[in-house]
Amino acid sequence: MPSDLPAIQCERLSFSYGDVPILTNVSFSIQKLDAVALVGPNGGGKSTLLKLILGLLTPQSGTIQVLGTTPQQARKKIGYMPQYLQYDPSFPVSVMDVVLMGRAGSTGLGRYGKEDRRVAMQAMVELAVDGLAARPFNSLSGGQRQRILIARALACEPEILLLDEPTANVDPGVELQFFEILKALANRVTVLTVSHDLGFVSQMVSRVFCINRQVKIHPTSELTGEVIREMYGGDVRMVRHDHCCSEQGHSHADLL
Amino acid sequence: MITAVPNKGTPMLTYFSALTDPNMVFLRYALFAGLLAAPAFGIIGTYVVARRMTYLAGAIAHCVLGGIGAALYCQVHYGLAWMTPMLGAIVTAIAAALVIGLVSLRSRERVDSVIGAIWVLGMAAGIIFIAKTPGYIDPMSYLFGNILMITGQDLLTIAVLDVIVIGLGLLSYNRMIAVCFDEEFARLRGIRTELYTLLLLCLTALTIVLMVRVVGIVMVIALFTLPAATASHFSTRIWQMMLLATLLGLASVAGGLSLSYGLDLPSGPTIVMLAGFFYLVVIVGKGMKNRLR
Repeated sequence: MPSDLPAIQCERLSFSYGDVPILTNVSFSIQKLDAVALVGPNGGGKSTLLKLILGLLTPQSGTIQVLGTTPQQARKKIGYMPQYLQYDPSFPVSVMDVVLMGRAGSTGLGRYGKEDRRVAMQAMVELAVDGLAARPFNSLSGGQRQRILIARALACEPEILLLDEPTANVDPGVELQFFEILKALANRVTVLTVSHDLGFVSQMVSRVFCINRQVKIHPTSELTGEVIREMYGGDVRMVRHDHCCSEQGHSHADLL
Repeated sequence: MITAVPNKGTPMLTYFSALTDPNMVFLRYALFAGLLAAPAFGIIGTYVVARRMTYLAGAIAHCVLGGIGAALYCQVHYGLAWMTPMLGAIVTAIAAALVIGLVSLRSRERVDSVIGAIWVLGMAAGIIFIAKTPGYIDPMSYLFGNILMITGQDLLTIAVLDVIVIGLGLLSYNRMIAVCFDEEFARLRGIRTELYTLLLLCLTALTIVLMVRVVGIVMVIALFTLPAATASHFSTRIWQMMLLATLLGLASVAGGLSLSYGLDLPSGPTIVMLAGFFYLVVIVGKGMKNRLR
């Protein structure tokens, strides 16, 4: 496969649930190793776009190509972390069992071999959750589970990583560490992150896609209050995470 | 419902001597059938409970009466000796599993309504067939089990089905867990999840057939859910749940049969009551433990 082929390419893509249009005439292209954040209001079509990229939904019109082929054929090269796990809390599995599911379907009879265990363990090391391997999955905190699900996506050895709200349950204490982990991943694989937390993702991605039926693309350097007002349709407070001020805070009057 | 008549003497001793009594061969058959079936119930029951498919399993079980009735009718009315109730049960159970599976995967109709309809129609067809079959056949023995009806031929069929169910159940272990835990993710990994759902329903159907003779179609579902549900309270892994459910199934069958013999009780209900007793003890025990904390 030529390396200049885009990881994901959409042309005039439209999708609707029944009569309700979700995405209209969307075109964009994401190069390999690009890091992109998908932001926008609820119901704006972020998760729908992820499902179109995964081939779980079929567009009514337009084309979508993933790694130069159809989403269905490229599926095995995509690691996906869903926003909600329709998860039965009494389901008895260990953390290792869950991460190994990233390897399911890769071998003939579905037995896990040494290589599968090695890759799964490697993914857990990368997310700093290898110490939890033997724990029951249902004994973990929300933030820990989120990381296990990213490890599961990584165990697929993906070329593209789709993360749906990876920061939703993350405890503030470990957010920074989590951010470093995601940033390191973005050097290796193409990462698409759906997030509400624009301040968080804007530091690890090069482009932000604002999705609200249409897709508007902004390089992160251009993110201004104007742009944010436009995409959310109102004023949004943005907090910079890389910014330290004195204990008393600072007056904005200085900046004017 | 026919029960074994106890001899005089201590119940346990006579139970063991009855097992070797050439005139009580049915008791031995019932015990063999139960012991053979317990691992299949432990393995498939665990998947069914973890996947929350008990309702589907119930529908398949009740449909089996239709097959049994049709087989009896053909046997007597058309003289087709090879059309045994066991064969009718197997064919209907598989057919019901496939129909229910396809309906729940594909239909736009309300799934629970369709399954409820299949459940009732299967039973109704069975009762009509049995009523129209010349000679007297007691539907009760099919509904609630009758260990006197188990033949050596049945036992052989049970053994063969058992090997198939346990073999496929264990071979598909990793993928079945992946499908039960997160179907969407499993599909994205290239696993044909619909195929595995149908496979699980077919294995459920065959497992039901294993114990229809002993506990009957109405109560067979208890052997699926009760041991697995009891086991789930002590398991952190699927294989532990399977192993524990199997042991609980063995204890329920062996204990239930000996109790029914010793106390002159119908055997199917006694087995099910024992399985239910284990479950209640665990739930109540857990509840008390939580209160004391």
